[in-house]
Amino acid sequence: MELALLISILTVTIQAGASLVFAAVGEIYTERAGVLNLGLEGILIMGAVSAFAVGFHTESLLLGTLAAVVVGGALASIHAFLSVTLRADQVVSGLALTLFGIGLSSFLGQRLGPEGAPLVGLVGPKFSKMTIPALGQIPLLGQALFNQDLLVYLMYLTVPVSAFLLYRTRIGLNVRAVGEDPDTADAMGISVTRTRYMATIGGGMLMGLGGAHLSLAYTPGWTENLTGGRGWIAIALVIFATWDPARALLGALIFGGVNAMQFRLQAAGGGVIPAAMLAMMPYLLTVVVLTLITVYENVSRRLGAPAALGLPYMRGER
Amino acid sequence: MQLILERRLSRPRHVEFLFPLIALGLALIFSGILLWIFGANPFETYAAMATGAFGQRYHISETLLRAIPLMLTGLAVGIAFRMLFWNIGAEGQFVWGIIAATWVALFLPELIGGMPQWTFLPAMIVAAFVAGAIWGLIPAFLKTALGVNEIITTLMFNYVALLWMQYLYTGSWKDPEGFGFPGSAQFPEHAWLPRLPIDLGRVHYGLVIAVLAAFLLWLVLDRTKWGLEIKVIGKNPLAARYAGMSIARNVLLVMFVSGGIAGLAGFSQVAGVAHRLQNGIAVGDGFTAIIVAWLAKLNPWAILLVSLLLAGLSTGGDQLQITMGLPAAVAGVLQGSILFFVLGADVFINYRLRVIRTQPRPAANPAPASGGPTPAD
Repeated sequence: MELALLISILTVTIQAGASLVFAAVGEIYTERAGVLNLGLEGILIMGAVSAFAVGFHTESLLLGTLAAVVVGGALASIHAFLSVTLRADQVVSGLALTLFGIGLSSFLGQRLGPEGAPLVGLVGPKFSKMTIPALGQIPLLGQALFNQDLLVYLMYLTVPVSAFLLYRTRIGLNVRAVGEDPDTADAMGISVTRTRYMATIGGGMLMGLGGAHLSLAYTPGWTENLTGGRGWIAIALVIFATWDPARALLGALIFGGVNAMQFRLQAAGGGVIPAAMLAMMPYLLTVVVLTLITVYENVSRRLGAPAALGLPYMRGER
Repeated sequence: MQLILERRLSRPRHVEFLFPLIALGLALIFSGILLWIFGANPFETYAAMATGAFGQRYHISETLLRAIPLMLTGLAVGIAFRMLFWNIGAEGQFVWGIIAATWVALFLPELIGGMPQWTFLPAMIVAAFVAGAIWGLIPAFLKTALGVNEIITTLMFNYVALLWMQYLYTGSWKDPEGFGFPGSAQFPEHAWLPRLPIDLGRVHYGLVIAVLAAFLLWLVLDRTKWGLEIKVIGKNPLAARYAGMSIARNVLLVMFVSGGIAGLAGFSQVAGVAHRLQNGIAVGDGFTAIIVAWLAKLNPWAILLVSLLLAGLSTGGDQLQITMGLPAAVAGVLQGSILFFVLGADVFINYRLRVIRTQPRPAANPAPASGGPTPAD
């Protein structure tokens, strides 16, 4: 294979994987605290539409990105309120959020253009590629890794920072404690409610950032259903990565690679493996991984599956 | 002062009926505000939606048509939820019903050297039920045999099924005479689910299947020993186990029925409406079904009613595009917010809010101040 082609495939893989990393790491924080947020797809798409709308009107990439982060946090706080404070069913609440987000994003996409016109087809600001001096010249890996947009570089930072936060700080310990055994955490004086709120809202902000990468960098612009199910892939990814940010990065590259390959296969007109079969892989792999970590539960403990995932907490009630 | 939730000792009847209604009202107000912020008149929008859903005979029949798959998938999800098996996979089971029905209508006759015309529909029904059931049984088996979380497996299986269907209608089942249009050949007419013999537009016998399914489920759940077992397992699995009930066996049985009914929904959509395998048959009804079942509190009759309501939102939303130039997606916003508020209201059916006046804490035990370091750090 030609080197140039390999570089371009790697570059696209990272591009395609970036939003998945943000979304998956956001979900990892949420789930580690014991909250399952199936509203990810809704948050991602709302992040994308708000980033593009704000970016388009203010012509500021920074404001657009901030808007996505704020909207992501706000939507996640609805889920936090319903599932943490009101102890509503997390599955249903998350699905409601997805439904709501997809509906609202489509509505906004048709209203937020200039003078109430649709956003579809408009050209707004976008993050362009920036080559990092020296590093970007390293053959192959450097050329692919360090010839990316700003949000991808932010993604590179997000992974080690969130891993550090999760495993090496008080905050991370609290998050994990609350997701593992809220009773004990509560007895130790950790506020279960506050920690879960923080993790859910913080996670939502990261998901919003993932949406911003989609509409401001990966596929600049707004089209209805822009996320195309990436939110669900990210949820799969969290399990695939067994709730670990670093493995989520690896998984996102594999899933992003599959995604990128899919387009190439379609362009090439089929090939040996039909594109649809390739696209199934992430979902099937997730079921396999989930089965394995369930069967080998001792492994799953070590890998960090949160024991209290999806369970509401009420002091003194079991 | 502190607000706490306190479990209600008794559930007053009026609370159970009143709160969902209040929630519905609040959802309308909340969505109305959103509409207003973004420059649409909420009153006109709601009026246009109501007319679009139930205004004329044509609208009513379209709403009924739209409700059929929601009713069936809603019933499917409802029975699984009754015993706390979180079947998020109705969409995938629905898709397998579509695929199986298509296979029988287009490919089985050739394989076995011809089938009498009257056998087509019964064979399609059986195939769709079985295919949906099998797709539902895989996660059920993973759950009962290995303890694998069914929320994730059923969810993931939706996408596998959807991609499989996409592969079929764009690939090996694509109509060779279809001018490159992605979709299978059209079913022969004796494989079409007929329309109802009354003047109700495109409404087909799927409606009868749905009502029949609701009746049977109600009968089974409310009037048989098995129904009681399901109820007990859903309410208190531990007690059920002590009473000698096999949870695993019941999960498998229930998921066989649940997947099967979702498969029937797929059959009724492909044989009653599309008449061929193509894009746009599976539009997320299996997901909406979860909302239907939840809003209906898993009661089969209520599921039929709620399906009508949500179908009305959907057809009303479609009409918005035509009459007011507003996106049909408003329906999704409304559905989502109704669910938010009903979920919120549910809590106040089981709990009540109490205000407690607390004394200021003694200085020796300061409340952890936000921002400032606590002794634990």
